[in-house]
Amino acid sequence: MTAVYEPSYEPWDETRGAEIIAEHASQEGATLVILHALQEAFGYVPEAAIPMVAQALTLSRAEVHGVFTFYHDFRHKPAGRHVLKLCRAEACQAAGGDALAARAEAKLGVSLGHTTADDRVTLEPIYCLGLCATAPSAMLDGRLIGRLDEKRIDALVAEAQR
Amino acid sequence: MSMKIFIPRDAAAVAVGADDIAVTFEQIATKRGLPVEIVRTGSRGLCWLEPMVEVATPKGRVAYGPVSAEDVASVFESMASNGPHALLLGIADEIPWLKRQTRLTFARCGVIDPRSLEDYRAHGGYKGLERALSLGSEAILNEVTASGLRGRGGAGFPTGIKWKTVAQAKADRKFIVCNADEGDSGTFADRMIMEGDPFLVIEGMTTSGITVGATKGYIYIRSEYPHAVEAMNAAIVAARRGGYLGDKIGGSTYSFDMEVRVGAGAYVCGEETSLLESLEGRRGLVRAKPPLPAHHGLFGKPTVINNVLSFAAIPFILAEGAKAYADFGMGRSRGTMPIQLAGNIRQGGLFETAFGVTLGELVDDIGGGTFTGRPVRAVQVGGPLGAYFPRALFDTPFDYEAFSARDGLIGHGGIVVFDDSVDMRKQARFAMEFCAVESCGKCTPCRIGSTRGVETIEKIIRGERVTENLALVEDLCNTMKFGSLCALGGFTPYPVLSALKHFREDFVPAPTTLQAAE
Repeated sequence: MTAVYEPSYEPWDETRGAEIIAEHASQEGATLVILHALQEAFGYVPEAAIPMVAQALTLSRAEVHGVFTFYHDFRHKPAGRHVLKLCRAEACQAAGGDALAARAEAKLGVSLGHTTADDRVTLEPIYCLGLCATAPSAMLDGRLIGRLDEKRIDALVAEAQR
Repeated sequence: MSMKIFIPRDAAAVAVGADDIAVTFEQIATKRGLPVEIVRTGSRGLCWLEPMVEVATPKGRVAYGPVSAEDVASVFESMASNGPHALLLGIADEIPWLKRQTRLTFARCGVIDPRSLEDYRAHGGYKGLERALSLGSEAILNEVTASGLRGRGGAGFPTGIKWKTVAQAKADRKFIVCNADEGDSGTFADRMIMEGDPFLVIEGMTTSGITVGATKGYIYIRSEYPHAVEAMNAAIVAARRGGYLGDKIGGSTYSFDMEVRVGAGAYVCGEETSLLESLEGRRGLVRAKPPLPAHHGLFGKPTVINNVLSFAAIPFILAEGAKAYADFGMGRSRGTMPIQLAGNIRQGGLFETAFGVTLGELVDDIGGGTFTGRPVRAVQVGGPLGAYFPRALFDTPFDYEAFSARDGLIGHGGIVVFDDSVDMRKQARFAMEFCAVESCGKCTPCRIGSTRGVETIEKIIRGERVTENLALVEDLCNTMKFGSLCALGGFTPYPVLSALKHFREDFVPAPTTLQAAE
């Protein structure tokens, strides 16, 4: 079976951040590209990076902050050790996703959009993984899981808690 | 001779275990000392049979499915001995669900190795571009216009006219942008084609580039589709290496190159002007139109922006001619539509067929009803902004105009089936809530209207002044429909009003008095 995969991120480091920004800054319309690259490296977009991005792209801090906050993907602080995303869109609702989401919330003791107190699991809604004919579906740290039922959601939650 | 086994690497197949199965096949083959070649393909789109595994035989590819890790050993035996098996589906191409389709766009999906340019070419790939290169801009525009192709993202605008506008625009730079921000629930055709036949999308975009005089293209893929991002990136590298992207493509005088850009979880970025803003590195705020992107698009330059499926339809049209495409369809909806059957459905997946098939045929006959076995009560067509249809409207043919005449839309071709346990009040509330969360905030009807919509529907659910609040929701929907800047606020009323109209019984208390009637 698939081994438990744990995403690992570097701690925030200004020099490393500047390197990442410089690597992408010459692309046209680079803001999202840079924010993605920063999050990929550090697991979130540290606040200290925002003025650095602004300076590199000759934008105002407000503009970069505006972009950062507009998109659901970007985090202002690290997520839990594992991120469990449950698809909450219509196709998964039609296939019984509501009850499974409630079950996961109950098992983890947090509602969607929150991280458990021990920082192990961040439970998030996602609006469509495009697996609508094998619904309900979920994503655990980048791994896709379809045809969820009670047994599978329990196993996923248990895996995320490890 | 080694046995050639095909296992999908499509995300939907991977989500139900295709990767584990591929590993298990290899282990068993090694243990048995039988040489096998495993090809990871896209998906054929018979999602209820995924993971569907195929083996090459002299009679054609023989399919098995749905294969679980525990089945691999016995399936392998059956493949090696040509023996019977409970999961044996016969010759893949002869499976009725597949055979009754008209696969023009998805002809290669699930068949070829999406990482292999050679395989793509061996199956007719780049024939369209080669003909396009010999035709030149004007003749290509004539072909695309004559094919009757309309934007497959949902708006249904004629592709030929859009391209012609950009071709005629004068500018130092022009762009081709592919909208792969497939955010609608119930749709996955873009994802499937990007993962299963990425060169097709590249070929379509390249053709568009040489037609309108653009040398740079972007494909904006949503971040929820990491497998598609990977597949497109790999294909772009291979196409460049093969001389199909970059300078002097295919040995011609034309240049065209492209790159992938990844979205960041904003549904509204599927709206074309919001997508352009996002590509430019800004908040995905919708732009007022005019100016049209064709005149003033990406970085202010003339831009062709089309959906993945629109670009993916182009190579067939160029290779086989406009007539071959336009011969399919009905009325002003020409060609085929890759329809996606999803939600609570027994036989869900991708069904490409000529326009004109009825909703009832799609749901009951092709889809086989619900997987829960309960009666179908409602189907939502066209994503979160699409209307809910009751059984009474199942005679509606799949056609842009026919759906619009019934206050619906075909959108991107997704159909989400619900059984009789659905509470339509909840669905109506969700439509408003989704709009509230995803609104870009630029226009008031969408930003504020959706929030008020959630609150008012909640009052109805609580039974507060139901008649008055229903009237209020209807009025609010009208404001949103006619006052919003883009389709997010403008179309959210479709699911809400259709729920109110066709499923009124869910909203009004049990009819103890006559007052419950409309």
